[in-house]
Amino acid sequence: MNRFWRGRRIPLSWLLLTRQPFRLLVALAGISFAGILMFMQLGFRDGLFDASVTAHRLFDADVVLISPRSASSVSMEAFPRRRLVQTLADPDVDGVTQVHWGLMLWRNPETRRNRSILALGFNPDDPFFVDPSLAEKTDALKQKGRILFDQLSRPEFGPIADWYRDGRVVETEIAGNRVRVAGLVSLGTSFGADGNLLTSTETFLDLMPQKPPGAIEVGLVRLKPGADPQQVVSRLSQRLPKDVLVLTKQGFIDFEQNYWKSSTSIGFIFTLGAAMGFVVGCVIVYQVLYTDVSDHLPEYATLMAMGYRLSHLLGVVVREGFYLAVMGYVPAYLAGQGLYSFVRDATKLPVGMDFSRALTVLVMILVMCMLSSLLAMRRLIDADPAEIF
Amino acid sequence: MATVVVDNLSHAFGQGEMRREVLQNISFSIEPGEVVLLTGPSGCGKTTLLTLIGALRTVQQGQVSVLGQALHGAGRRRRQQVRRCIGMIFQGHNLLRCLTAEQNVQMGADLLPGLSYRARRDEARQWLRAVGLEDHMAKVPHDLSGGQKQRVAIARALAATPRLLLADEPTAALDSRTGREVVELLRRLAREQSCAVLMVTHDPRIVDVADRLLQMEDGRLMNAV
Repeated sequence: MNRFWRGRRIPLSWLLLTRQPFRLLVALAGISFAGILMFMQLGFRDGLFDASVTAHRLFDADVVLISPRSASSVSMEAFPRRRLVQTLADPDVDGVTQVHWGLMLWRNPETRRNRSILALGFNPDDPFFVDPSLAEKTDALKQKGRILFDQLSRPEFGPIADWYRDGRVVETEIAGNRVRVAGLVSLGTSFGADGNLLTSTETFLDLMPQKPPGAIEVGLVRLKPGADPQQVVSRLSQRLPKDVLVLTKQGFIDFEQNYWKSSTSIGFIFTLGAAMGFVVGCVIVYQVLYTDVSDHLPEYATLMAMGYRLSHLLGVVVREGFYLAVMGYVPAYLAGQGLYSFVRDATKLPVGMDFSRALTVLVMILVMCMLSSLLAMRRLIDADPAEIF
Repeated sequence: MATVVVDNLSHAFGQGEMRREVLQNISFSIEPGEVVLLTGPSGCGKTTLLTLIGALRTVQQGQVSVLGQALHGAGRRRRQQVRRCIGMIFQGHNLLRCLTAEQNVQMGADLLPGLSYRARRDEARQWLRAVGLEDHMAKVPHDLSGGQKQRVAIARALAATPRLLLADEPTAALDSRTGREVVELLRRLAREQSCAVLMVTHDPRIVDVADRLLQMEDGRLMNAV
């Protein structure tokens, strides 16, 4: 306790900051703005990458089989169905099911224009869905020619959801075959797919008659409780021929996201956007702190003349930077959350605040505030105090 | 041991063609407790000399030693330690605008090692009483008059218990009566602390407070002792 009181000093950093409340507000607005910029760019990036795997997340599987020739969800290649059956030989495998996965041309029933839509075909008796409410709807698919339409699809596919909710019979054509909407689901759009539809294996094959029999795009494997997916994956990879790629569910999701991150310019653009946010933030904060330090330079020089150590003064300025960072972060965080929910409503993208992003932005703001404050102090480090008066 | 010894000190500003000698071969010394006044026309190098002794400027040529510490070639750390033993009163009062009078003085007292926050604050209050500002402790510099600000500056300089006080035209911004009061206060308090004082001024009205007078012209001492 005694030590504490001995160490206690006048809260100089705080008093320096709060002497001009208006200027402090301007500084905080600048820092918050930089924070919001980073929140938005990172949020968009993560949201878009997240959206690219909506379909992948649907399935409740531990291990996923795909063709090694598949590049992404919009160019899925087929592999022999036998491979999926072969996995049943592994003692840890509990059950398997197949999913057909491909783009089809959907005709907008209102404008009669065709547009490509991502179609997933699965066995309605044995769907591996994470969401139980989705599994209930699949009953309707047991009749031929029925599909479930994603109501979050882009409006270019036609007012399907509105018509369906109005009680109308919504029918349209896919590749010359008549299909009827038997229900609505909520999945969401992604980079590759402007819309989604779910249907049964049988209907899927009717809509794509050119597909060779016995070829599937995705094989889902569910493991017995307690089994380690990683081990099963390495076991199956060794045992199965090279015409199939064995992944964990996370691996399947990463496979899709890596495609968009590294094989297209989209990932680069958004990472660059976030970097720009950081740079712009740095410039704003440096400008704000530099003016602040310049304004107080005679006072810092006075303290140096009185015999205060340079490190003591640097401490004062770094603490100023720290207070600014923390005070600027709070409004940025709140505004970020508000903007996220706004963007969610407007674009249907799964953009949300998560802990790691909140932390990343906090660290970036702290780094840029303290770095800028130290940079702004260079004049005091270089100069003799007498030259500053 | 003399508080200040200046031996053959020269100083110049600028480089090459622009080089301008401001101090030439200056030598003098100040004994402990002595009050020395440095006068001369403006631009003759008084302030430069003062900042060199105050370790605020790098010594170029000659010797300056303050309280036994040689300043020529001294590093940042050594100069900071020397500054710690020197109280400074500037032409402009140079108070911290964001602090009250009491906090400003406490910034001086804070340099004393091993005192609790409360003790340092009491020290600050005591010094403000000594300069007659007990009613203005909570005011910020903006609300104080010129003379009051200069008195706060004196209290701040003395609160760090310096052994040498350097004052650069402390009366420049004051009317003659207040100036006289401030200087006499300064001398009385310095005497009580047996603290040496070197004061730059060209105010002829306060010459009589000095034990000794140094006269400067064109960078030279006229009456070197």
